[in-house]
Amino acid sequence: MAEPLLSAHGLTRHFGGVLAVDHVSIDLRPGEIHAVIGTNGAGKSTLINLLAGELAPTSGEVSLSGHALTGAPPHRLASLGVGRTFQRSNVFPDFTAFENCRLAAQARNARPWAVHEKALRCPTSGEAARRALAAVGLSRRSDVLAGLLSHGERRELEIAMCLATEPKVLLLDEPLAGMGAEESQRVLALLRELKPERAILLVEHDMDAVFAIADVITVMADGAVLAAGLPEAVRADPSVREAYLGDAL
Amino acid sequence: MTLARRTLATLALLALLALPLVAGKFYVDLIAKVMIMAVFAMSLDLLVGVTGLVSLGHAAFFGLASYVLVLVAPDPYTAVSLWTSLPLAVGACALAALAIGALALRTRGVYFIMVTLAFSQMGYFVFHDTKIAGGSDGAYIYVKPSASVGGWSPFDLNSGAHFYYAMLALLVLVFVFLRMLLASRFGHALRGIRSNEQRMRALGFNTYCYKLAAFTIAGAIAGLAGYFAAVQFGFVNPEMLAWHQSANVLLMVILGGMGNLGGAIVGAFAFVLLQDLFSSLTKHWPLLMGGFVILAVMLLPGGLTRATETWRFWRFGRRHG
Repeated sequence: MAEPLLSAHGLTRHFGGVLAVDHVSIDLRPGEIHAVIGTNGAGKSTLINLLAGELAPTSGEVSLSGHALTGAPPHRLASLGVGRTFQRSNVFPDFTAFENCRLAAQARNARPWAVHEKALRCPTSGEAARRALAAVGLSRRSDVLAGLLSHGERRELEIAMCLATEPKVLLLDEPLAGMGAEESQRVLALLRELKPERAILLVEHDMDAVFAIADVITVMADGAVLAAGLPEAVRADPSVREAYLGDAL
Repeated sequence: MTLARRTLATLALLALLALPLVAGKFYVDLIAKVMIMAVFAMSLDLLVGVTGLVSLGHAAFFGLASYVLVLVAPDPYTAVSLWTSLPLAVGACALAALAIGALALRTRGVYFIMVTLAFSQMGYFVFHDTKIAGGSDGAYIYVKPSASVGGWSPFDLNSGAHFYYAMLALLVLVFVFLRMLLASRFGHALRGIRSNEQRMRALGFNTYCYKLAAFTIAGAIAGLAGYFAAVQFGFVNPEMLAWHQSANVLLMVILGGMGNLGGAIVGAFAFVLLQDLFSSLTKHWPLLMGGFVILAVMLLPGGLTRATETWRFWRFGRRHG
């Protein structure tokens, strides 16, 4: 089994008296899609925010390829190759879809001191943006302002922006929410394509999609890990059935 | 820029070039003052309109540069060299902006407004309550800096027309520099910060460093304006750092339209010229000025430079719902 790229150990986060994430340990390995499922309020999004550096953990550790990064700010994790998407589309509404992705790609090779070079003529970020838009099927919409895109298109743009930063680790927070069947299939195919060299964490409510694509599943309830393992083992786990899946399977 | 705008800008530039040939000393001096304020307003636009950082303490750098001009002179009757005093003044402002920005940028939104205001008021009281450069009375600059290099003088700041053309060149240079900055990756990142800072961080941008760089550049350019304001007035006093001055320049930016530099220039012209007009009509001119600003903000929320878009919106936009 490959060495984990991003791994968290005993991750805990309180919000006042509320324990949002309770001693969660998770390993994300390249070539694996690791799904995290759980009811609303189980702590999935908080977990992503902790892994991406958006929130600092109350206790516990995060490391990337063995280097400790607990409490590192989000821009540092992102520049080291941890890309994320947000549960609610979080784009630049007053920029075109292309500029959203170009700006994302610019983060890879920012060179802010080269003020005599025009951003729109930057070949590396422009090329990366076009590739990312093509990957999610948004090429035709590249000149439309992000704020004018449909909900589903904005979800795709969200993923394209993450891809444009060329991450090694992808933390995807409900990427399929609000997408039509065709769009969902395209995103799932894209994730399979991305999988071989990258570690992917997928928080998702669509159980069919999760069991179709995940290599490993972690089930969360009330902030803690209820069960973790291969999809078949998780599906058969009686406590998971009782707490969450019910008749869905 | 559309063709109409380009034509308008070219005509305005030609008019500015021709002005000293046709107008008297009063108007040449007035428009030179407007151009200094336009440079000041553009520097604030880099923060407010481009990066989304509303500073209410920008006059601190404007005033600091003018005090540096007084302090570098051995006595008020000796002409200092423009080529040493100007870099010193601008450098001091850049350093001050770096230090103030490093602290103020740890806050956001309304707190950022309050912290920048507090820093500029601290600067105000440093010059007001101590004996530095005449304390609350201020100090005169009897002789203007000399532009001579090794005996040869390319221009003479004592001449009204020379000073006017120097300020026009300054305005054009600062405009071209800032346009270049905005078109670069740095400028695009600043606009990204204004649009959605959280997303910028998640993409891997160290937004604090970007904002600090913008704050430092804006402080240095404000210093450039403050230096020449002191040269023109021949007088400095603590009011140049006071919050009225910060509020006035913010009004210029809002009046003209934020985020496109041209708006800051138009705003500075409108503000200073109207102030001049109203104060010639009545001693209660701040009332007229206030009324005008309220009307402009209500009727032209995008500023004077976006008047045509706003008009189109009122005329056609609402009918379609």
